[in-house]
Amino acid sequence: MTSIVFWLFAVVLIAAAIGVVTSRNPVYSALYLVLAFFNSAVLWILLEAEFLGITLVLVYVGAVMVLFLFVVMMLDVNVEKLKEGFTRYMPIGVLVAALVVIQIGYVVWHKKMGLELVAEPVAHPKEFSNTEALGEVLYTQYVYPFELAAVILLVAIVAAITLTMRRRPGLKAQDINKQVAADPGSRVRLVSMKAESETLPPKPGGESS
Amino acid sequence: MVDAIVSILPEFLQPLSRTLLYIVAILLPLILSVAMLTYFERKVIGHMQARMGPNRVGPLGLLQPFADVIKLLIKEILLPSSANRFLFLVAPLITLVPALAVWAVMPMTPEFVLSDINAGLLFVLALTSLGVYGVILGGWASNSKYALLGAMRSAAQIVAYEIAMGFALVGVLMASGSLNLGDIIRGQEGSILHWYWLPLLPLFMVYFISGVAETNRAPFDVAEGESEIVAGFHVEYSGAAFALFFLAEYANMILIAALTAMMFLGGWLSPFQGIPVIGDTFLGASSWFWLIFKTGFFLFCFLWFRATFPRYRYDQIMRLGWKVFIPITIIWLFVEGIMVWAHVGPWFAKYGGIS
Repeated sequence: MTSIVFWLFAVVLIAAAIGVVTSRNPVYSALYLVLAFFNSAVLWILLEAEFLGITLVLVYVGAVMVLFLFVVMMLDVNVEKLKEGFTRYMPIGVLVAALVVIQIGYVVWHKKMGLELVAEPVAHPKEFSNTEALGEVLYTQYVYPFELAAVILLVAIVAAITLTMRRRPGLKAQDINKQVAADPGSRVRLVSMKAESETLPPKPGGESS
Repeated sequence: MVDAIVSILPEFLQPLSRTLLYIVAILLPLILSVAMLTYFERKVIGHMQARMGPNRVGPLGLLQPFADVIKLLIKEILLPSSANRFLFLVAPLITLVPALAVWAVMPMTPEFVLSDINAGLLFVLALTSLGVYGVILGGWASNSKYALLGAMRSAAQIVAYEIAMGFALVGVLMASGSLNLGDIIRGQEGSILHWYWLPLLPLFMVYFISGVAETNRAPFDVAEGESEIVAGFHVEYSGAAFALFFLAEYANMILIAALTAMMFLGGWLSPFQGIPVIGDTFLGASSWFWLIFKTGFFLFCFLWFRATFPRYRYDQIMRLGWKVFIPITIIWLFVEGIMVWAHVGPWFAKYGGIS
């Protein structure tokens, strides 16, 4: 059963990954990438890594790819022009792909990598929460690398914001505090007037509307 | 009851048919509540604006939503001539499927939940963040300026408010120590003061307001602001395709209301629990009634907001999300950390000694 699910999603994953590269429409490419993320999340869940699997969907599909799509839709990308150099880089691409395939093949088929020294991982019981397990190692054993990664991300955020901060002369911005602090008494004058009491005499010369 | 029906079937069909029956048992009431919510919305807003609301179809107008559904289903689905056909038709489904799939992990009563998974809250967060794809793709595939503008607004808004929502949920996680929604509710057992709304009051506010923004409801409904961009992302949709968007929006409203009730107001727990006299009667027992009651209250708030507040301007929405809500949640997470450390109240007593 597990292997049927694995092959099903693995095949879709590879098909989606090919779709990312080959589709002519950049919006389709982004959507194929979403599909690819989804399928790899399912594969992770098959490996009992449900926290990582769901986080992959949450972060990459739910946030990163939304922004990607956002940009792709706003830009008028001419894919044909981008693809002009496709054949020119072909030899290098094939070389890299071949290297990756050989390396994976070496690990998978050539079993003299010391794999037999490591015991086969056992399936955890149903109650096992790998969120907790992950948190325990992340905040004790790997707390410094974790904090380091956090600081690097913070630096990236600050850098991105500073790049877009420009003080343009003559920019009209609203000061919300000023707006909230506005006193209605100094802006609106309420005048109490006596209501009209007498009815107007009918106009001579018939009805008018 | 489900087990009784399932036991008639042959052995090999039982697991599958049990799951299917559970799904029907969740979705059927959900879709009916969506129908009744549209009626309720029109009645409530009508009375708030000194009108009658629908009152022609059936007694008190109660059959109005069914008349609306029949009308929408028999209408023609128009395809704009320059629309991307495939994405245009798939977009409503992409919105609807996550909106319904989320309900798999929602515990309705202490016993009834379709899928009692450990990472339930994460699953909810991941799936609710997918609904935006339908909005963006629908807006883009329509090939219309208004639709595209609506889609862009919606995308930026949802990304902004998701962060505040996620941080508010981190607060709930810190209080409950579990990602399982059932365990989160069980962690609030005791009395009305044991519920998380009190220690997490700012997060509770931020979560519910972000939820209103996330579902594109007034006063955050710039994605479909009628007075600015006609109907936003679904301006080109008609008939059944429009009905799917509509169904997804209302299902999401019910979802946000139910989640708020579960995480901050104790879900199925009774407010009379722990009170001497009333608490011992049936009113003190936890049941689905309390969950529906609390959900109904938040749904009423959704409608109340819509009838009360004028629409936010787009830059004000962004300011509220990024510059107000996110700082509030981050500061409150620190405060909560101190409360956990000092074992404040009944909420954080379960954490071990100060180490």
